[in-house]
Amino acid sequence: MKNIALETHNLTVSYNRRPVLWNVDFELPSGQIIGIIGPNGSGKTTLLKAIMGLVKTSSGYVKIFDQDLDDVRDRVSYVPQRESVDWDFPASVMDVVLMGRYRSSNLFKKISQKDKDIAAEALEKVGMLEYSGRQINQLSGGQQQRVFIARSLAQGADLYIMDEPFVGVDAATEEAILNLFSEMKKEGKTVIVVHHDLQTAKAYFDWIVLLNTRMVAAGPKEEIFNEELLQEAYGGKLNVLSKVGELVREKDFPIREK
Amino acid sequence: MNSTLEFLSFSDPNVRFVVIGTMILGATAAMVGTFSFLRKRALVGDAIAHSILPGVCLSFLISGEKDPLWLILGAIISGWVSLLMIDGISRTTKLKNDTAIGIVLSVFFGAGILLMTMIQHSGNAAQAGLDKFLFGKAASLTQDDIMVFSGIGIALIVIVLALYKEFKLVSFNPDYAKVIGLPVKFLEFLLATITILAVAVGIQAVGVVLMAALLITPASGARYWTDRLGKMIIIASLFGAVSGFIGSYISYIAPSMPTGPWVVMALSVLAIGSIWFAPKRGVFSKLKLSWQNRDKILTENILKLFYHLGEDEGDFEKPRSFKQLLTSERFKELELTKGLKMLKKNNLLRKKGETWFITRSGFKEASRIVRLHRLWELYLNQRLKLEPDHVHNDAEAIEHIITPEIESLLEKELDRPTIDPHRSKIPYPTE
Repeated sequence: MKNIALETHNLTVSYNRRPVLWNVDFELPSGQIIGIIGPNGSGKTTLLKAIMGLVKTSSGYVKIFDQDLDDVRDRVSYVPQRESVDWDFPASVMDVVLMGRYRSSNLFKKISQKDKDIAAEALEKVGMLEYSGRQINQLSGGQQQRVFIARSLAQGADLYIMDEPFVGVDAATEEAILNLFSEMKKEGKTVIVVHHDLQTAKAYFDWIVLLNTRMVAAGPKEEIFNEELLQEAYGGKLNVLSKVGELVREKDFPIREK
Repeated sequence: MNSTLEFLSFSDPNVRFVVIGTMILGATAAMVGTFSFLRKRALVGDAIAHSILPGVCLSFLISGEKDPLWLILGAIISGWVSLLMIDGISRTTKLKNDTAIGIVLSVFFGAGILLMTMIQHSGNAAQAGLDKFLFGKAASLTQDDIMVFSGIGIALIVIVLALYKEFKLVSFNPDYAKVIGLPVKFLEFLLATITILAVAVGIQAVGVVLMAALLITPASGARYWTDRLGKMIIIASLFGAVSGFIGSYISYIAPSMPTGPWVVMALSVLAIGSIWFAPKRGVFSKLKLSWQNRDKILTENILKLFYHLGEDEGDFEKPRSFKQLLTSERFKELELTKGLKMLKKNNLLRKKGETWFITRSGFKEASRIVRLHRLWELYLNQRLKLEPDHVHNDAEAIEHIITPEIESLLEKELDRPTIDPHRSKIPYPTE
């Protein structure tokens, strides 16, 4: 098998004591564009947050390039959902992209000219350079998404993890993102994208992870796109599984013995 | 007049202390408050202000003196305990954050009042003036107070300058800050601590109840003037300092007037003034825009009427009486008078005796509006599959905002059509 960019091992996560991810276990190859697909409420965003250490896991672990997240933070970049921030914040497009250059090692330090050059290059890649002085609340949804992606590019990582970058964006942004993906693939980068639209998934991605609270399947898209697996992922929740989840929440029961 | 000169000369050391003290307090509270404002924690400042009281009283009981450093230390500790409790309540129970703030605020404040009453009746002579924490004592600030304020003020400025970019990111997108490995917990701890510090010193000028205003009001006003965080902090601090100056000035020329409330009054005037009159974001400039839009719609509708009348009678140049114009469309008399006046000023209409007729440039403009109307109707009809009798009202509004770029897009997409869905001719400029 090829190099592994990301491995989750038996990952289980609960929100408000209700388990939202059960034993998710997969290995994703590097150098691919990978889609994590599933219906609403299937735990896609939670999975990303668990990978990025933003939510506590009840069990299991995550390895990135075979290492712990803390050891490879410089090689991983995260693009949160566009709606997760207040775009009325007083900042310019450049200000936001420069945030991708912040490090714990340059705490107290000023942003250097080199950082500004890298940020400008990232803006160029998403076709937003001419907007660099623009206040961020004057951007369209698609432009905001591209700013977030530029910020992530400015980090210069090897693995990119993006939460729903195609939601609510215009056609120009969609095209810009897709072009960027193929360019990133050429450079050997790995991109993992949470995506909810089944229609476009086959065209966008090389690899697919089908998720619905538990992992339904993971593999090259040709293997994944068959009626049976899709039916399993989208055909509703597993009845017994969600009943047990409900029970765990009701009784406030630990999902692991220790 | 004399007292103004006296005040401005700063010859009285007490005046100096009061003015400098309130200005430092106002500026630092505004700087720190900008982050509370942006992190949507306006109420937390209020909670801290109220929760500080028991700490101040306890530290007096333990130390037995009113040394400002001791009192501030007590204030910081009880401020921190209150923040931890708010956090703990909203994390472990089903209660929401605002409820947690309400509970903690009132319990701490109640305990503080209890302790203060106890101290006041204890017969300890040193306690006199401790109650100034409740309502502030700006008018009696001493040199010692100023030293402490300046020290803390400088410390706060240094912290904010040193970690400016990290504070910016934590306020904008804390999850991202965490992911790139910034010590977010530590940064949030620092932000909370500088807020508590700013409150602990600011409270001595304006008192518990008005403290939240000192934190949040300058930021809310400053936001209207700029879209950059750095400038916003500077403007907010200026608002804070200027209000401190005005407050101490008013209480100087009118000795029966308290300083703190006047500081807050000055701040409120600055903030409300900003909300109203700031360019672009201000209420007034929004109003102006909507007036401009209304005028545009009115004048364009009058021109369109000239076109329609001309089209019906086959004579665009025929003069029209005011009465004919008034009855042909649903204009109000005043409106029409105003619109005609504006059109005349712009040389789109001309008046001859009691009748009006359209000029050459007026006709060009009128046919442009009619063209946009009909193009849009056709677009709705063909692309959105709307019935011809459902497209008119939409086009009535849209015709006024279509730009030349969109117009050429429409023309191209519809292949330069000549007839609209109602079989009316679409007029194009004749070269």
